[in-house]
Amino acid sequence: MSSPTPTDDRVELERGAKRPGDKIFSGTATGAGVVILLVLAGVAAFLVGQSVPAFTADAGEIDGGDGLVAYIWPFMFGTILAALIALLVATPISVGIALFISHFAPRRLAAGLGYLVDLLAAVPSIVYGIWGIVVLARWMGPVYVWLADNLGFIPFFAGPASITGRTILTAGLVLAVMILPIITAISRDVFLQTPRLHEEAALALGATRWEMIKYSVIPYGRSGVVSAAMLGLGRALGETMAVALVLSVSNVVTFNLISNANPSTIAANIALNFPESSGLDVNVLIASGLALFVITFAVNFAARWVVARSGVKA
Amino acid sequence: MTDLTRTATTDDLAAQIDKPLSQRKLPRYFPWVSILVAVALALALTLPGETKLGSVVALAAIAHLLITGIASGTVEGSRKAKDRIVTALVTIAFGIAMIPLVSVVFTVVNNGRHRFDAEFFTWTMFRVVGEGGGALHAIWGTIIVTLVAALISVPIGLLTAVYLVEYGTRSRLAKAITFLVDVMTGIPSIVAGLAVAAFFTLIVGPGTKLGIMGSIALAILMIPTVVRSTEEMLKLVPNDLREAAYALGVPKWRTIIKVVLRTSVSGIATGITLAIARVAGETAPLLVTLGITTGSNFNPFDGRMATLPVFAYYEYTRPGIPAEAYTERAWTAVLVLIMLVMLLNLVARLISRVFAPKTGR
Repeated sequence: MSSPTPTDDRVELERGAKRPGDKIFSGTATGAGVVILLVLAGVAAFLVGQSVPAFTADAGEIDGGDGLVAYIWPFMFGTILAALIALLVATPISVGIALFISHFAPRRLAAGLGYLVDLLAAVPSIVYGIWGIVVLARWMGPVYVWLADNLGFIPFFAGPASITGRTILTAGLVLAVMILPIITAISRDVFLQTPRLHEEAALALGATRWEMIKYSVIPYGRSGVVSAAMLGLGRALGETMAVALVLSVSNVVTFNLISNANPSTIAANIALNFPESSGLDVNVLIASGLALFVITFAVNFAARWVVARSGVKA
Repeated sequence: MTDLTRTATTDDLAAQIDKPLSQRKLPRYFPWVSILVAVALALALTLPGETKLGSVVALAAIAHLLITGIASGTVEGSRKAKDRIVTALVTIAFGIAMIPLVSVVFTVVNNGRHRFDAEFFTWTMFRVVGEGGGALHAIWGTIIVTLVAALISVPIGLLTAVYLVEYGTRSRLAKAITFLVDVMTGIPSIVAGLAVAAFFTLIVGPGTKLGIMGSIALAILMIPTVVRSTEEMLKLVPNDLREAAYALGVPKWRTIIKVVLRTSVSGIATGITLAIARVAGETAPLLVTLGITTGSNFNPFDGRMATLPVFAYYEYTRPGIPAEAYTERAWTAVLVLIMLVMLLNLVARLISRVFAPKTGR
């Protein structure tokens, strides 16, 4: 039901409308909204409810024998590592693409080129997973060997290089491809919203196109890009199939990005083990899912907060 | 800072006075020449050893940046050079994004065409071991599960959007819903699947796998998309239309159904189609909720169901003998899935183009 504020003239208009049809319709509409709240609460409640046995179980009963935290920690590490790699790779490229589409590409082509980038988002994640194994991992194999030989002194590339190329870095790159479209789309919208007068004023002062972008477009769009990147991070944290397929897993905590021993991610671990699990293992997996839910919820919450504050529609 | 008028000699200054605003510039076709030279250079560098497309392209990109920077820097000055380098960088960024797109489409079509035959679309995997067989059961499964998900999420999403735009303006509940819908967009798909699995473990028992579970999980993922897109569309309906209807004495609910929703129907249909396209390719929630079967199952309330993404996943990761038969089926399943999703995307664009609102805006 609407609670009219006297200043709202639209509500004024509707004050007389209290027919049964109206009551039913507004009731259903409100009900639908409440259902959404219930669903979200339900998701959290069922996850918590089903992970209670994992919290209360003896440390020895849980896979690995060292308790829940010790079980989830390597996955948590892998999740964050893969997502950060994806974010570091995808953000600069996405901002570049967004600028290309909004300010550099020929006006007539821009919409079509934007659609091409959106197509990347339409490809199902299972496709990226298999593509990651068959194509990207093979491309990256020689690159990893080169990295290990020439940049091995950096801990990230300590090696020995994986010959199959199925490393956390490859998984991160696949994730980067998958989050490119969302970061690009939001950044593009933000850049396009730059006040035309700011841009024209910069150009009129003799700025080159890059200087115009640097002094008018980027300051205006900075918070939008930050929140776009955070939304991308949220997606990368929860992405499952690509990682589950690409990564060859051995549950270690390591910063070595190119070796055979890679930390898995929470989502991938669930996908790989849930179908064959039973008993307490299911509860443990659900508990790890709850951890993932909390992380992504926090990241998305923060991102939306930044968006809401900057007043940009995402 | 390196303005020509300041650094020039007296002779040049005299020339400058005739053309006061002129500046030395590279020709318009310069970027293309630079790219050509860069590609030639890259080829020349890699030809002695083994020539790989990847290394040639990477080298050419670097060479193009260098040539642009040096040429523009010496001729046009550093400001213009920076501008040209950024232009090149931004174009390269776009090119980088196209690599996976082209590669994915090429790989999938190339590997999927082997089994893109009649048998694939008419057979199931029931009692099929090794070669042959098809994915009819998985295709039907995907269609059924996705449609049921749409049946659940579209009414909820649509009505919520109506509430947000028409009834709940400025109310606290509406604000909370808007915010939580936004946050819900970011729920990892596997978490949605897990939550549904946990729910059914509670009410039915552990290890339950049903088609409807997959549908509910997909619906959870679909609802926020439907709400957001419908909300945007409803907001676009001009207020004059609503007021005109009220002035004619039309009740509010009829105004919403006959005027507001009618005006925005194409936009809403586009949004819903895109939402369906988004969830049709989901794998993870289906993997944990409905499992896989070898035969057809048309009843979402009874037993496991096969779907295309899960079918592709198991065919690829658990091949039998001969392994090629399984891998080929996986590729074709993936090809069909991609075609389905792209088709839905195309339909969405067509809907929005053909049935664009005729409100004169």
